Amino acid sequence: MAEVVQKEGGGKPKGKRRSKRLSAHIDMTPMVDLFCLLLTFFMLTTSMSKPKVMEIVLPEKEDPKEPTKQPEVDSAKALNIILIGDDKVLWYNGLANPAKPPLPRMHETDFSDDGIRQVLLQRNKDLFTKIEQMKSDVVTGKIELHRDSVDAQRKRFMRQDKAGPVVLIKAYEGVKYKNIVDILDEMSITNIALYALIDINDVEKKMVADYMASQGGIAASNK
Amino acid sequence: MGKIKLKKSPPHIDMTPMVDLFCLLLIFFILTARFIPQEAVAVDTPSSVSNKISPDRHIITLTVAKDNKVFFNVDNGVDTSEHLRGNILRAMAYQYQMKFTPEEVEKFEGLQNFSLPMSGMKAFINAESNEERDAMHSGIPMDSTDNQLLYWIRFARNYYNDFEVALKGDRDADYVQIKKVIDILQDNNINKFNLTTNLEEVDIEFDNI
Repeated sequence: MAEVVQKEGGGKPKGKRRSKRLSAHIDMTPMVDLFCLLLTFFMLTTSMSKPKVMEIVLPEKEDPKEPTKQPEVDSAKALNIILIGDDKVLWYNGLANPAKPPLPRMHETDFSDDGIRQVLLQRNKDLFTKIEQMKSDVVTGKIELHRDSVDAQRKRFMRQDKAGPVVLIKAYEGVKYKNIVDILDEMSITNIALYALIDINDVEKKMVADYMASQGGIAASNK
Repeated sequence: MGKIKLKKSPPHIDMTPMVDLFCLLLIFFILTARFIPQEAVAVDTPSSVSNKISPDRHIITLTVAKDNKVFFNVDNGVDTSEHLRGNILRAMAYQYQMKFTPEEVEKFEGLQNFSLPMSGMKAFINAESNEERDAMHSGIPMDSTDNQLLYWIRFARNYYNDFEVALKGDRDADYVQIKKVIDILQDNNINKFNLTTNLEEVDIEFDNI
């Protein structure tokens, strides 16, 4: 039990007879209990309230008066992802150029582990294994690297990478915000070095509409 | 032979050092604690693997709710002496030729996020209760004829240049609306910002690829 014990006045009382002082015992248990509870409360609330964020950097907006030339994307590297809402994704390789038919074939997939992630991993295998190998080497202690340097090293690998795809992300009508974050998240999971969030063009709009019409026909016949 | 009598008394444990320590820790945690501010709208953020922690001061928070309403919030600075919210409100009032009394400005500093045009700001500040305020969020005008959101962000950045921006969208908010907000950010030359997300873990097996 917690007590404060007051010491009695030292030495013999001189002359005057003093009444014997009772030591004052203060029971500190309730106070300690309260402190304990408050302490636990504050400790828990402080650490839990930090929200997490995902940082994105966009290219500077183009000045309509002096348009800059868009960087050309190598057709062999381009991987186009079109979000069509309802957690569904369409993707195709290369560039859709109406002047050079046929238009690339659309593939449909979703955000599950075997969905778009596998497509991205297949295309980005070298860079992905390189970075993940480096990360696991750091964890197991094979290479000495400070935690902060891991991210810098990852970025260096990304800059050096030549084989990975250039992912162009586009959103069709009716896409929810969740899917945008999901696809950006897939980019960081699969360590894609180059990706851009761009507006969908008319050719692709038509391609999606055509694709949905053909799928709609199949779905209707299945029912 | 007389038995030796052992003195029976309850064992005394001196708890004073423990209490001292508790006291100090308690004071430390109370002082460092930052409470999650009460928000005018509940937002279910999407999840991502990013584990970057959001800064808790000097941040502009743009919340896009489920019904695509955009809420603006800016914090008041590291301590109350910065009066960031008050100064931004004054700049806005100047822009829209309105007058706020010092009491109103002070009251505004204590309020949270909002989504209403400047014309309704006076009534919003002077509302009796938070329930009353919750009913007032009619949306910040953000079209090309009257882009108030643009000015809120611009004045915030004018006043304090290192404001970071967090975009906190609901899972079910439309991308079109988010895109509009991003466009406004880019019109203000903000090309780097944060998307508030929940943390989610993923594991990818090496052999699977």
